[in-house]
Amino acid sequence: MHNLLTLAAVNGDIQQGLANVGYGLAAIGPGIGIGYLVGQSVQAMARQPEMAGQVRTTMFLGIAFTEALALIGFVLKFI
Amino acid sequence: MNVFAALFPHGISELFNWKGGPFNDTIFEINKTAVMAFVSTLVCVFIFVWGTRKKALVPTGVQNVAEMGYEFVEQQIAVPTIGDHHGAGKKWTPFLAVMFFYIFFVNIWSTFPGVQFPATSRIAIPMFLSLVVWLVYVGAGFKAQGPWYMIKTCAPSGVPKAILPVVFVIELFSKFIVRPFSLTVRLFANMVAGHVLLSVFAIMTAELVYKHRSGAYQIPLGILPFAGLVAFTGFELLVALLQAYIFAMLTGVFIGDSLSAEH
Repeated sequence: MHNLLTLAAVNGDIQQGLANVGYGLAAIGPGIGIGYLVGQSVQAMARQPEMAGQVRTTMFLGIAFTEALALIGFVLKFI
Repeated sequence: MNVFAALFPHGISELFNWKGGPFNDTIFEINKTAVMAFVSTLVCVFIFVWGTRKKALVPTGVQNVAEMGYEFVEQQIAVPTIGDHHGAGKKWTPFLAVMFFYIFFVNIWSTFPGVQFPATSRIAIPMFLSLVVWLVYVGAGFKAQGPWYMIKTCAPSGVPKAILPVVFVIELFSKFIVRPFSLTVRLFANMVAGHVLLSVFAIMTAELVYKHRSGAYQIPLGILPFAGLVAFTGFELLVALLQAYIFAMLTGVFIGDSLSAEH
């Protein structure tokens, strides 16, 4: 019985640790994505300053969609 | 199994769970989160009722805030996303302005001295707001495109017949399930992450300055997490504004998508 309880506790610890690792993995893709997105947007704004407003709006939309993936990984820790 | 992150794991729940006052442990429980939601509503009502009371030609004080805020929502959020076809953008501005200002005032509590807890970090508030947005854009779609809206919007024109079933399923899933879910999670997770971040810096500062368990030399080291705390409080102000902006803008995008048949 005692062994079982220890095993359950260790199992819980491992699951928490795995959730943290999962968040780390989930942050890679959005990190690359947001970096690329903002970089390209800055380039677009530098090349055509008269379109800056429209580019900025679209950039925030893109960031919102990309960021959602990382945040879902973050929320998985609580579920 | 804790569905939808309504409860937090043990360590973090200290930061987010508040004891209710009256009607504890019922659905009418009034705790800190609920009080903050009500106060935010009152602030919104105050700004727009008090600000539009006199309608002076040269706005001053609260009227200035109300007019500039409304104009910001109209020019930066509603018209670019919904478009100005038959004045649709201007027609939908009040709804987007309500979303923007309510979310902004609920979020801004995260940096308000003495409160420092965003009510949107309990999932009930963002989930309810997303449900309202879902009902509004589905309703707007049915009104604009007739009773076959859900089928029409999931079968875009110009798609080859062979892959139409696949596209239909993907569109159905992404338009009516993923959208409200991602709206909820985006707002909720941003505010939770910000609150945890600020708490971590505050706890580090307190440990180093007040407890300094391994010697007094730790006290001057407390300046580092304190600087982080100040910097991230500024960052949280930006996040509170940005999340309200993004929520309102995505609402506008979804409504604009429902209103126009071709997409």
